[in-house]
Amino acid sequence: MLEVRGINKSFGPVHVLRDVALTVRSGEVTALVGDNGAGKSTLVKCIGGIYPIDNGEILVDGKPVHIHSPRDAAGLGIEIVYQDLALCDNLDIVQNMFLGRERRRGIVLDEPSMEHLAEQTLASLSIRTVSSVRQAVASLSGGQRQTVAIAKAVLWNSRLVILDEPTAALGVAQTAQVLELVRRLADNGLAVVLISHNMNDVFAVSDRIAALYLGQMVAQVKTTEVTHAQVVELITSGKSGTIA
Amino acid sequence: MTRAKEILRTPTMVTFGALLLIIAAFSIMAPGLFNTPGNFLQLAQNVAILTVVSVGTTFVIITAGVDLSIPSGIVLGEVFAVHALEMVGGLDTQPGEVHIGYVFAALGGAILAGLSIGAINGIVVAYMKVPPLLATLGTLGAGLGVALILQNGVNTSTYALDPIGHGSWIAGVPNLIPIALIIVVAGYVLLHMAVFGRHTFAIGSNPEAARRVGINVERHLLKVYLIGGVTAGFAGFLSVAYFSTTSIGGHSTDNLQAVTAVALGGTSLFGGVGSIIGTLIGVWIPAVLKNGFVINGVQPYWQDVAVGLVLIVAVWLDQLRRRSRNRG
Repeated sequence: MLEVRGINKSFGPVHVLRDVALTVRSGEVTALVGDNGAGKSTLVKCIGGIYPIDNGEILVDGKPVHIHSPRDAAGLGIEIVYQDLALCDNLDIVQNMFLGRERRRGIVLDEPSMEHLAEQTLASLSIRTVSSVRQAVASLSGGQRQTVAIAKAVLWNSRLVILDEPTAALGVAQTAQVLELVRRLADNGLAVVLISHNMNDVFAVSDRIAALYLGQMVAQVKTTEVTHAQVVELITSGKSGTIA
Repeated sequence: MTRAKEILRTPTMVTFGALLLIIAAFSIMAPGLFNTPGNFLQLAQNVAILTVVSVGTTFVIITAGVDLSIPSGIVLGEVFAVHALEMVGGLDTQPGEVHIGYVFAALGGAILAGLSIGAINGIVVAYMKVPPLLATLGTLGAGLGVALILQNGVNTSTYALDPIGHGSWIAGVPNLIPIALIIVVAGYVLLHMAVFGRHTFAIGSNPEAARRVGINVERHLLKVYLIGGVTAGFAGFLSVAYFSTTSIGGHSTDNLQAVTAVALGGTSLFGGVGSIIGTLIGVWIPAVLKNGFVINGVQPYWQDVAVGLVLIVAVWLDQLRRRSRNRG
């Protein structure tokens, strides 16, 4: 669904991404792994329109696209769920899910239709942990917030959802819940990119693994064809003797 | 959580309860004097101008900002209004004469003053990233200075705006009351029912989140400070209409009164939380206290003491609420 070819990105003298290529398919979870500073977040922000790319190509459905802002990305069906969530604590679930893209009736907000659609989206993802969509986000647990952030990304007929460390701050049960949700997104036909440090998470839900090492894409492999140890080797040294 | 507990935890309801309590107490202490329709109409007229600026201040404070420049917005509104009147030759309108053209000229001048000071505040806060407390402290001093320069330090009186300040379009109801009510309703719709208000809450709650969903945070903040400026300028227009003169020295604590009203009404100075209805209640508490003290023969200065204490309690309750929420 999404293809990235030969992307370069520098911040001043620091060359963060070097000729990075990445292919993401619909219906699959692609795990993006790499050590701290490998360029995972930068790559994601380039795809999401937060950073402009220096050169290279981004293709959606085989067609070259130009993404200059988060709105461009959203227009192409690309949604990013950030590590720090980016929800407004004081707003409720509906208000957060529709923030920046509110539905209107005349000059006033169309609250009933937004509330209905938010409930529908949560139901379609089998999210039953929140009791009311009119709850303020501040009153939710970490796992619930993460599910709201993901549901927000799904609401917009998005086709590619990128999740930046969705389980980083979560307990065991909540992590399982969120991973289950991630799997469900792919099973619903979306393309999913999962950034994670946690090998257990990666092997639990991903179909493919893409490994970044010091700004270079060193491998893209099927999850079933590699072992824990090989992936760790890719992350820490950029190569693995046992992968061609 | 039960419904009743939820209501008790809403700061607006607590303040409303306090207001009702104060009204009940004064009604018992001075029956037939305090609790008369005439007295309440008088009160409503007295708070009308403060209500108008407080509506604007509510928007500003919800973005986690503050507007200390309100007095200069009001005074410049007055000054621009009378200068506009002078330009169209309406300054010497006699009492009883009605020239609607003069009214609109003065209104235009006052709004222009408000827009100017609001634009400066907005640009300095949103784009130059100067903390709002200091940015608006700067425009407070500068604006008052400009007003004094334009007036050579003396006030100008005029009767041209009498039809606004002293008429009763609705029998028995002074005009300032419906005017303030229109501003309150407009503010309510804009803040609680429109996209603009939703984005205002979002920016006050988490500006980074707002930016990520594509809201132009800087431009929105500029608009919010423009609203603050325009309501101040409009209040200046109403002030000239009501007092038939500019009062360049007479508004120096209006900013603090507006912030007090907004905070009493449950709007959080940390941003992201607040309501127009709360502000409306917050405007009334100091006014009712003062009025009640006067009627009961208590020195009116006690009002300042009482309001100060009530304000501290209100903000403290807000803090408690936040802390318990963050724990929960």
